[in-house]
Amino acid sequence: MLDTIASLGRWGLNVFERLGRGHIFLLRVLASLGSVVVRPGLVVRELYSVGVLSFLIILVSGLFVGMVLGLQGYVTLSTFGAENSLGVVVALSLVRELGPVVTALLFAGRAGSALTAEIGLMKATEQLSAMEMMAVDPIRRVVAPRFLASIIAMPLLAAIFSAIGVYGGMFVGVGLLGVDPGSYWSQMQAAVDLNADIVNGVIKSVAFGFVAAWIAVFEGYDAVPTSEGVSRATTRTVVHTALAVLGLDFILTALMFGDPA
Amino acid sequence: MLESIIEQQPTPQEPLVAVRNLHFARGDRPIFNDLSLDIPHGKITALMGPSGTGKTTLLRLIGGQLKPSRGTVHVDGQNVHKLRRGALYELRKRMGMLFQTGALLTDLNVFENVAYPLREHTKLSEELVRDLVLIKLEAVGLRGARGMMPSELSGGMARRVALARAVVLDPMMIMYDEPFTGLDPITKGTIVTLIKQLSQTLGLTSVVVSHDVEETLGIADYIYVIAEGRVIEAGDARALTDSTSDWVQQFLHGRPDGPMPFHYPARDYAQELLDGR
Repeated sequence: MLDTIASLGRWGLNVFERLGRGHIFLLRVLASLGSVVVRPGLVVRELYSVGVLSFLIILVSGLFVGMVLGLQGYVTLSTFGAENSLGVVVALSLVRELGPVVTALLFAGRAGSALTAEIGLMKATEQLSAMEMMAVDPIRRVVAPRFLASIIAMPLLAAIFSAIGVYGGMFVGVGLLGVDPGSYWSQMQAAVDLNADIVNGVIKSVAFGFVAAWIAVFEGYDAVPTSEGVSRATTRTVVHTALAVLGLDFILTALMFGDPA
Repeated sequence: MLESIIEQQPTPQEPLVAVRNLHFARGDRPIFNDLSLDIPHGKITALMGPSGTGKTTLLRLIGGQLKPSRGTVHVDGQNVHKLRRGALYELRKRMGMLFQTGALLTDLNVFENVAYPLREHTKLSEELVRDLVLIKLEAVGLRGARGMMPSELSGGMARRVALARAVVLDPMMIMYDEPFTGLDPITKGTIVTLIKQLSQTLGLTSVVVSHDVEETLGIADYIYVIAEGRVIEAGDARALTDSTSDWVQQFLHGRPDGPMPFHYPARDYAQELLDGR
């Protein structure tokens, strides 16, 4: 019994110690962002790595999610004879929720895990130590550019996801199921609000990008420098990002859309 | 005032690195227990000892990557662990380090790896960077490999590139972490020659961490043998060979048993076998 309580206590202490380390690490990264702005080339290179290389998976996923929304929305709406509102359902679902959330989950799987593995392997192969001994701060040179690039890439990828999803919904609804194209677009235009929907969606995607990037770079930097350690860190990145994004999504949704008045 | 400043400046007679009463532990396991040693200017000093005695840890303590629980490390008159980050980085620009694996940046080719410290810390023209990099690569015999990626290099080549990178800023000292480990005899000979030549021609202070007895005794001016968290013997190659210490004799002759036991501490063997029945 005492052993169980002791191990629970140890686990709790480890969790809080790690949280503390993560926050101190975040402060160091934020303090280093100024030096990254001076050398934009580093960020551009990482933007290619985390953004452009994630483009295809975002494009394909957005298309299929939009197509499923189109199909599901049509089946439900046609019961009430409201299939002309399909564009609204598809667009609001994507812009408010699915765009930022699914993009963040895909981002964690594609770019976040790659960031963790890359930084973790740099640590395991003493590249980060070598940088320190060359008087180069790895947080400035390695971590901060990747962190900033992720925050920039996330809202752009979420926007692309939502846009291609709207076309996916149109392909199924208008192209295959016979919804009037004019209704699809005009009702969408009338119902989707720039501030309430699109701006809030962008805020969500920036927040998710921040969290996903923080978790990915911290897990890599804090990884045990062995092959098993890097493997565990990569898994933690995907799991923790998914949980953090879904939890944060509820909080942000409650703040943004919780008051119906 | 001026006199006190002058007094604080290290003179060539003073050691470049002075380690005093160093204590360091990893968790509950003590690594160093009141370790003290000096590394003189312009000489090759070797730190030897069995695996796991903390030789690499000592290099990291000298480089300020680890902090001791007690004791001091002075490099060029500066207390490494009292320096702020900026001052520590300034000091590190004058300290090169060759890692056991080379630790080359895998996304850069050989040329860019060697040019990396120059690009980070100087505003030299591209022509000058090119010339300096080629000079250093020529010194390690790899000018022709400048376009290769680290993944295309053998272990010995990677270490030579790392050596070129370590000296590209013309440091006052270089720390070599197990420079001979895992190399074939020819490459080992090459690295031995390079360490010797660099030390002599550039007047570099070299600190070689190794457990390769023959190679290290062949080039080191002074050797510290470390075991059980402290220096157990020190002197030149002859002094070590003549040492009466059982530790030193076991280490130099590679005897499997001695003061450094073959068996890791455990319960009585027979008793443990019987307990399993």
